[in-house]
Amino acid sequence: MTREADAIVVGGGIHGLSAALHLARMGRRVIVLERRYAGRHSSGINAGGVRTLGRYLPEVALSLLSMAMWRSIVDLVGDDCGFHAHGFIRVAESDDDMEKLERRRAETRAMGFEHEELIERDELRRLCRTIAPHCAGGLIARDNGAADPYRTTAAFKRAAVSAGAEVIEGEGVIGIDREGERWRVRGARGSWLAPSVVNCAGAWAGEIAAMVGDVVEVGIRPSMMIVTERLPHFLDPVIGTVARKLSFKQTPEGTVLVGGGQRGIVNRSTEEARVDAANLARSAEAAIAIFPAMRGVRIARSWCGIEAQMADGMPVIGPSPRAPGVVHAFGFSGHGFQLGPIVGRAVAELVTSGSTALPIQELRVERTFR
Amino acid sequence: MNDDCDLLVVGGGPAGLAAATEAAALGIATVLVDEQATPGGQIYRAVERARAPSIERALGASYQEGAALVARFRESKCDYRPGHKVWQIDPDGRVFVSDGERASVIAARQVIVAIGALERPVPIPGWTLPGVMSIGAAQVLLKASGLVPREDVWIAGSGPLVWLFAAQLAAVGARPAGVLDTAPPGARWAALRHFAGAWTGREWLKRGLAYRQQVFGAGIPVITGVEAVEAMGDGRIAHVRYRVAGSWRDAAAAGLLLHEGVIPNVHMAMSCGVAHEWDARQGCLRARRDAFGRTNIERIAIAGDCAGILGAEAAALQGRVAAFGAARALGRLDEAAARGRARPLHDALSRQESFRGFLDTLFPPHPTLLAPSDDVVICRCESVTAGTIRAAVRTGSLGANQVKAFTRCGMGPCQGRTCGTVLMATIAQARGVSPADVEPIRVRPPLKPITLGELASLAQSEVDG
Repeated sequence: MTREADAIVVGGGIHGLSAALHLARMGRRVIVLERRYAGRHSSGINAGGVRTLGRYLPEVALSLLSMAMWRSIVDLVGDDCGFHAHGFIRVAESDDDMEKLERRRAETRAMGFEHEELIERDELRRLCRTIAPHCAGGLIARDNGAADPYRTTAAFKRAAVSAGAEVIEGEGVIGIDREGERWRVRGARGSWLAPSVVNCAGAWAGEIAAMVGDVVEVGIRPSMMIVTERLPHFLDPVIGTVARKLSFKQTPEGTVLVGGGQRGIVNRSTEEARVDAANLARSAEAAIAIFPAMRGVRIARSWCGIEAQMADGMPVIGPSPRAPGVVHAFGFSGHGFQLGPIVGRAVAELVTSGSTALPIQELRVERTFR
Repeated sequence: MNDDCDLLVVGGGPAGLAAATEAAALGIATVLVDEQATPGGQIYRAVERARAPSIERALGASYQEGAALVARFRESKCDYRPGHKVWQIDPDGRVFVSDGERASVIAARQVIVAIGALERPVPIPGWTLPGVMSIGAAQVLLKASGLVPREDVWIAGSGPLVWLFAAQLAAVGARPAGVLDTAPPGARWAALRHFAGAWTGREWLKRGLAYRQQVFGAGIPVITGVEAVEAMGDGRIAHVRYRVAGSWRDAAAAGLLLHEGVIPNVHMAMSCGVAHEWDARQGCLRARRDAFGRTNIERIAIAGDCAGILGAEAAALQGRVAAFGAARALGRLDEAAARGRARPLHDALSRQESFRGFLDTLFPPHPTLLAPSDDVVICRCESVTAGTIRAAVRTGSLGANQVKAFTRCGMGPCQGRTCGTVLMATIAQARGVSPADVEPIRVRPPLKPITLGELASLAQSEVDG
């Protein structure tokens, strides 16, 4: 087993594996240490939304660059990842909602972004024939869509490994110590030496950051999802709403995925995540409000994931200001999946050259220090 | 949290009925929820209903034992809620139910899960063809509707239910095409090692032999030493193929009824975190529990066949023992009193357990049932074959959850209840390890399909309340 490398990535989710892929393609020796298995938590079980729509303004530029990579995802990882671009719509249910969307549209346009487009009732109805009649319009990003999350994460892993990265699963990191000019990363079964450490440990990234002296408050986001039985095809775009916690989409298999951020019950230390049925009921209520025909549709299963949540809802991407060679990429707060392709590149550039021209300035870790 | 009841019993079979009756007699505020409309479970399904004398005789004396159990339950003070399916159970004792229209939640200080067994899936080539069904399903039709299969229907498998069902058919004058006995001939000799166990269980053994005699006596053809069975047909079954001493034979068939024993229904207990382990002898998962059925989850106990297959009489004993355990946990009995009351039941249970050792040896699950050949469908809901599973293992998916994410095996409406065991065993075989070393499927609620509307009603009831 390799004991020394140019970089050690902590966490085998989509961001860690993307970082490993980009580093390996740049000729670096890279080892990924994953406590369970690649895609065990959020990366493997999220809703698979690939959206630039409605992002926090400091993320928009990075998200648009990532979307360009999604359009040719086969070239990046050798698999189409189940990606379909049928659009993403944030639906307005009232005049108030519509005004909010108009303000949003004005805001992004003022910054020079043209990916979001306002649509009226008729266009919304044309795109979603079965949507509830009270829905008044929406904001759409037509090139957005969804992918299969576990398949995507597995594809990043395969691509990283075939580019030369080593992915060690079942190896949790228990300590990181400075040793000369390098870091010694200790796991339960072994230890590894490298000048660079990449922290992609998701909901557990706060513990890893603390090991190198960065104290970051990483909150937890226990998002729940529902998937229904298979239905005949009725919907192409992914649907969100302005005023409700809802994301709604039909998969290529015909099942309908209902999410939107209702909270389950999680335990970060035991990694257990349970559905909170009372909260889940609110997701079901929201889905029926927007698509009334869903009332009689059977639920196949529901689940809860464990994801990091930052206080300002934005990810941390950037070098540690104190620990030389350490790069953080975590805290994606429920919307990191789409950023996977580009974050890996940003991290790889930071590791290899200490800087990146990619737009991550407002996402750096320093903003979380008090 | 306000508790709605002291004890909630899930399941109206022998274990659940006995537990609820005993608990109510101890003055414990007990609720019993059950999916069926009447008490009895699978084994004593519709036991209270009047039937034609011929059907009544066919169902036999043991079925009538159920009638007494149900009568005692009916006289108890237990709050009985039939027609309610449990779709989620939380470790804190909250049990979510639905009557098919509206969902609601019952908070209990103690829960006894007594949901019984499932038939072991019989993944043979053609088992998904229309016209192929399980003996358990056929028996439901017999018990609930008096329906008997047509003449050119074959029965195949091993285990007591094969003989019981064939004898029941003989008793009502039905003539199935024949019985394909898949129990390996050597198994009977191996079973002699458990002779002492068989001795204490001689009453049951006599009953089993009697069923077999009735089948032979009725002139139903019995083919022993059957090594493999396949269903064939275009769109529905037309033939069965079976192998005896290495050579294949063919017979016309309008139907094929399969049974290879039953396995514990572990889904509900697993979903709320009860620790389970692989039982190599029975080829299934089973819960870890103490002598009172109590588990690693403080509020959750488990009784009857869902904790390990012992049959209806043992299930009723375990139900009563679990009631004493719950009484102890609720402070209604002290440790000594609970043990004292349970002692004679524990003695009777250990006799049942030694007989079970004999049965397990007599009817071991055939290795191909746990890890079928590549072309056989494992997941009926999503049509995933054993070959697809093995391919996923080869590309690095080593646990059931990774394979599930990759192949959709276990993602259908049955939630992996049917395929979970076979999936674990097939992965294990492909990896060359024991199923004990394979991470089982994480059970995702709802445990039974409910509609979005039913789920949403839970939010509305909270707003109203």
